Amino acid sequence: MRSTVLEYDISKVVELARNGKRVDGRALDEMRDFSVVKNKFKNAEGSAIVKLGDTEVMGGIKVLVDKPYPDSPDEGAISVGAELLPLAHGDYEFGPPSMDEIEVARVVDRGLRESKAIDFAQLCVKEGEAVRVAFFDFYAINSDGNLFDAGSIAALASFMDAKLPKLDEKFKVIKHEYDGKIQLKRLPLLTTFVKVGGKIMVDPTYIEEKAAEARFSVATTDDGYMSAMQKGMGGSFTLEEVNYMIETGFKVAGEVRKKLQKM
Amino acid sequence: MSKEMKEEVPDYKKSKKRLDGRKMEELRPLSIKVGVIPNADGSAYLEWGQNKVYAAVYGPREALPKHTQNPYKAVIKAVYRMAGFSVPDRKRPGPNRRDHEISKVLSEALDKVVFTEQFPNTEISVIVEVADSNAGSRVACLSAAACALADAGIPMKDLVSAVGVGKAFNEIVLDLNKDEEDAPDAVDVPFAIMPNSEEIVLLQMDGLLTPKEWEAVSKLGLAGCKQVYEVQKKALTERFQIKELTKADVAKEVSNGVEEKKESKKEVKEVKEEKKDDKKGKEDKSKKVRK
Repeated sequence: MRSTVLEYDISKVVELARNGKRVDGRALDEMRDFSVVKNKFKNAEGSAIVKLGDTEVMGGIKVLVDKPYPDSPDEGAISVGAELLPLAHGDYEFGPPSMDEIEVARVVDRGLRESKAIDFAQLCVKEGEAVRVAFFDFYAINSDGNLFDAGSIAALASFMDAKLPKLDEKFKVIKHEYDGKIQLKRLPLLTTFVKVGGKIMVDPTYIEEKAAEARFSVATTDDGYMSAMQKGMGGSFTLEEVNYMIETGFKVAGEVRKKLQKM
Repeated sequence: MSKEMKEEVPDYKKSKKRLDGRKMEELRPLSIKVGVIPNADGSAYLEWGQNKVYAAVYGPREALPKHTQNPYKAVIKAVYRMAGFSVPDRKRPGPNRRDHEISKVLSEALDKVVFTEQFPNTEISVIVEVADSNAGSRVACLSAAACALADAGIPMKDLVSAVGVGKAFNEIVLDLNKDEEDAPDAVDVPFAIMPNSEEIVLLQMDGLLTPKEWEAVSKLGLAGCKQVYEVQKKALTERFQIKELTKADVAKEVSNGVEEKKESKKEVKEVKEEKKDDKKGKEDKSKKVRK
C-alpha cells in the first residue's frame, strides 16, 4: 500500500520536474528555509539543532585527549559520525552503520577536514604525547531528505562556537572548565543536488531523493575554494551539469552562510 | 592545610536545602512538547532539568523478522540510546550493556499500559534518544515515551509517569541530579507508575536503604509521578486542543482571504495546502475512530 503511494508520488515529482517545477513550489535552485538553535546541549562542547524544511538533525562536539598518530605527532584530529535514527523515519533500522550513514558522515567530514578550516596544530597539547580529538556526531531526528546539507550546517554551526575543555598538568580534561575556542580559518558548507527528470534541483526532499537518478554534493568555502565533492547514486552528470552545480553551490552556500553567521 | 582545602560533604538534614536550591520534594523544571517529529506516528520532546530527550513511536506495524511476532499481541519494542555528546565523556557509538538493559525495562514498563492484544503479530517501536543528560535520563525517556504512544493514538489503559527518587546527603530527595547521584550515601530509585491505578511498572534501585527509608522513598516516588502526570496531561491536551474561533479570529481570516485573492498565484498554493490539510484531517479522524 505504502509503496503504491510512493510510486505515485515519485511519478508526480518526475512529471513536475520535466516542466521545471517542484512539489512544494520551490524554484529548482532554491534551498528550503532553515533554522539553527546553537548550544542547547550543555554536555557538548558545541552543538546545534538544525531544521531544514521538515528535515531535523541535532549535532554536537565532544573534545577528548588522545595520543597523536605517529606520522603527525604535533597534530590533533577530528572525527565525524552520523546516525540515521529509526526515530527519524519509518524506513530506518537499528544495526551496524548502514552504507548511507557512512557516506553522509564521510562527505560531511571531508568538506570540513579538507577545507583546512580547523587548524590541527591548534589541537596539539604536547608534541608526541597528547593531542585533542574533536568528535562531531550528528543524528537525524526527522528525515525529509538532504541530510548531507543539514549535517553540514549542524557541523559548521557547532564548530563555530565550540569551546576547548581545560586540561590539568597530566593532560586530563577538567570537567565544566574551558580554555578558549576552536578557531575556524574558513567556513565550509555542503550543497547537495539531485537530477530528476533530467533537471537539476538543489536541496532535495525525501520524495525527490527517491525520484532522483543521481546526486551530487559540493563543499564550498567563504573564500572561494571547493573542499570536497561527491557524486552519488546510479545515474550520471555531464560536465556542464557539474559546472552548473558548482557555480550554484557557491551561490546557495553563500546565502546559507550569511544567514548562519547572523543566527 | 589540605584538610581545609577538602570540600565539606553537604548535609541536607542540616541545610534543609539542596545543592541546586531545591526543596527535598521538588522536581527540576519539566516541560514536554508532543508531536515534534512529523514522520513519526507519535512523538514527544522533553526537557527535565538538563536532561533533553526525544521520543518517537512507529506502528503498530508488521513485526520483522517474522519470528519476533506474537500471534496474540503486539510486541512493544523500546530502544534507548544516547547521543555521543550527551554525557561529559563522549559516548561511543552503538549500544552498550546499560543501553540494552534500559531498553528492556522501558519496553516492559510500557507493555502493561498498551492494549497489546488488539494488534497481534505487530510491533510498536518506541525510540528514545538522549541529547543531553544529568541523572534521571531513563525516567525522562519513559515519561516522554508514554506521551508519544498517546500521541500515536495507540489504545492505552493509562499513561506511564516516571520519576527518579532516592537518598542523597543524609536525606530522602525527589528527582536526584548528577551531584546528588554522586553523593557518598546516594541511593537511586527510578520509579514509574500508571498514575490512575498507582500500579508500579518500573522499579529499580541501587544503594543502601533501610525499610523505613524505603517507605519514605516510595511515598515520595508516588507523589513525584503524580506531578509528572500533570505535566504530561497538559502537554497532551495542548496537542489535541481544538481552538474555538473568536469573532476577531474570523474577521482576520476573512481579511486574509481577500488579500490572497489579489494574488492569484498565492491562491493556488493555498488551495493545494488546504487539500493536503484535508488529507491529514481524514487521517486524524481515522485514528480517533480506532481509539
